[in-house]
Amino acid sequence: MHQDDSRPAMALLPQAARRAYSRSMMTVATPLLPPADWRDFLALTKPRVMTLVVFTGLCGMLAAPVGIPPVLGFTAILCIALGAGAAGALNQWYEADIDAKMRRTQKRPLPDGRMDRESALHFGVGLAAFSVILMYFAINLAAAAILTVSILFYVLVYTVWLKRRTPQNIVIGGAAGAFPPLIGWAAATGQVATLPLLLFGLVFLWTPPHFWALALFVKTDYANAGVPMLPVVAGERVTRRQIGLYTIPMALVAILPWPLGLTGPLYGGVASVTTAIFAALALVVATRTTGADDTMKPEKRLFSYSILYLFVVFGALVVDRWVFA
Amino acid sequence: MTPDEQDLIRQRQRSRARVMALLLGAFVILIFAIAITKIRQGMI
Repeated sequence: MHQDDSRPAMALLPQAARRAYSRSMMTVATPLLPPADWRDFLALTKPRVMTLVVFTGLCGMLAAPVGIPPVLGFTAILCIALGAGAAGALNQWYEADIDAKMRRTQKRPLPDGRMDRESALHFGVGLAAFSVILMYFAINLAAAAILTVSILFYVLVYTVWLKRRTPQNIVIGGAAGAFPPLIGWAAATGQVATLPLLLFGLVFLWTPPHFWALALFVKTDYANAGVPMLPVVAGERVTRRQIGLYTIPMALVAILPWPLGLTGPLYGGVASVTTAIFAALALVVATRTTGADDTMKPEKRLFSYSILYLFVVFGALVVDRWVFA
Repeated sequence: MTPDEQDLIRQRQRSRARVMALLLGAFVILIFAIAITKIRQGMI
């Protein structure tokens, strides 16, 4: 136990005191906190983000032309979830100082002072290693290799390198979230093909409009934290235009599997309709300007719809592949 | 350290140990299921 007898247990202190203590500890090697609750370790894994990752990974696996035994399929999805959780934990470990400055994230275990940074680091590294090793031994080398790349990409390229340096952070960093369909496909087949690469492209191109829509209505939060998100650095007009511009290639990649003969008309129809709605919502956001006391309704609508969009398109892909296989 | 602080720490340790035991149990079952599946599929 690393609890000094002279110190009060942190959890018994008021929240403000815990936060202040946690901030002061961010530069100290061995923080003195009581053991964190297991729920805080769960919160480190960003369970809500994990839902989309698991779903797209599952769809990539189910869309593959080769079946995988249910136990191995479950294991592969578990590894994807654990890998995503590890990346989320390492992201929160590195960004504890930024999280403390943003209203949306200041209740997370590290900025709230419920956990020491060392525990978060050990948990993240351990979980990452466990997920990759299990994927390799239970599934195959290709899936384990792509999982490794996705974790390293999210932690090193996005979190450590890009996020604090460039407004293009989520454009390049978005690739990290695009790997799960590739991993799912590779878990089933042992290799990579055109369709999962297109799915990778879809999530990759979907990420900028999705995140910039969010960044438009939480701009102050990002500005306070010093994160160079596009609306903070380049302004709203540029961000709105970029949302519109990224939606064009995203729409093309979303529909492309159909004319290429990789999917049937069911996917083609659903992708066309849902993408048209996405484009219409993006167009509204791209062409408007923020007024005084603006509630940012179109931006919030685009952000919410973009999440539903990805679920529907990937779900349609699986159904289509099963129906027309 | 006050009794309250000691209680909190013991409580956290107990709940973490319980969760860890559950996870280890689940892991053993998973490895067993993977091994059986692979043997049946002729993978090992």
